[in-house]
Amino acid sequence: MFIRSAVVVCALLAASAHAVTADERSDARAQVEFGIEVVRNGLWKEAIYRWERAVEIDDSYAAAWNNLGIAYEHEGMFDKAREAYERALDLDPGNLMIQQNYDLFREINDRINELDP
Amino acid sequence: MTASTNSIRNVVLPVLLAGLPACGGSFYEVPVETPLQPKLDVSGFQRVLVAGFVSGGSDEVDTNLETARLLRSQLRSNSEFQVIDADVLELTSVAEEQSAGRPEFEALGGNGETGADAANGDDEEGGESYSEDDLEILEHIFANASYWQELGEEYQQPLIVTGTVYFTPHQRSGMVTRQREVYDEFGRRRVAPVRAYRDRRGYILSPKFIFIDGRTGATLYTERHREEILYDASRNTPALSSYFELMDRLIPSFLSTLSAETIKGTRMLLK
Repeated sequence: MFIRSAVVVCALLAASAHAVTADERSDARAQVEFGIEVVRNGLWKEAIYRWERAVEIDDSYAAAWNNLGIAYEHEGMFDKAREAYERALDLDPGNLMIQQNYDLFREINDRINELDP
Repeated sequence: MTASTNSIRNVVLPVLLAGLPACGGSFYEVPVETPLQPKLDVSGFQRVLVAGFVSGGSDEVDTNLETARLLRSQLRSNSEFQVIDADVLELTSVAEEQSAGRPEFEALGGNGETGADAANGDDEEGGESYSEDDLEILEHIFANASYWQELGEEYQQPLIVTGTVYFTPHQRSGMVTRQREVYDEFGRRRVAPVRAYRDRRGYILSPKFIFIDGRTGATLYTERHREEILYDASRNTPALSSYFELMDRLIPSFLSTLSAETIKGTRMLLK
């Protein structure tokens, strides 16, 4: 009896957790989309805020990390950009566009490191 | 970052992306401008004085005068600095004067005839003046803070750009690979690499740019370059053309010491 109750409670908890994750994902996606909209108007700092919110909500959202990498790069925050791109690639290693963004970033970053006296 | 890599990417990426499914409009290409900070914090200076250079090597080009003129012109066009338009110092002569009595300079002959006098046309025979190693002996002038501070006071304490420039003819013979057109029995054209022994002549340019604080006379930053160019021995390229060709390679690095750059590109935003 006790075991059956425990199984039921676990199942309910799992279902509840799944529902929360789906909601979170939806919220995170809304933040990402809003960030893309504001970037089209040149508001990169606002976009960073939105995409940081997105990864706070859903840490496994590769696209949000990718976008954050781009925005940090645009703002000259190169260490943060590298971390964001690498996180995006860890989450979605086969994504050609993330890889492309990261490769282009690395070319510039290597140049910056060369320039450092 | 190389231009060729970028150009390959510019071609390859759209092709790759065209091959991808539309993803329901889930990516957007955005232009980005990545800021690169200058190598040197020059926020305390509004004026720059390209003072002059200790020069050595060939007398075919007055590298002191040409380098000072070129850097001034580049700074006027590509930086926010107010560039001071003063006479270019005959820095080799000054360095020789300051070196008089030093054993290592005396060992060179301590004559001072090779540097500035040659630049002034006093060296009838032309040819080589100071070698690259000799220039190092004269470099102690850059550590003479009181000299630079005094010069700085004269021009209201600007950032001072100075250094050494060594420019010399160079030749190297050996096997070189060239592309040659060949036609097969069907008249089809193709390009094939052909190796051949060639005499090649050109120049080496080895400048050292030194940035000095005109308020204190202290050296803030030093940057050394070395570039060479070789032409087929049958080509008669003037020394001045080679000098400018080699300087063109160095100018971006020189400018990035003093002013911020922006690298433009595109990235893919994802949903």
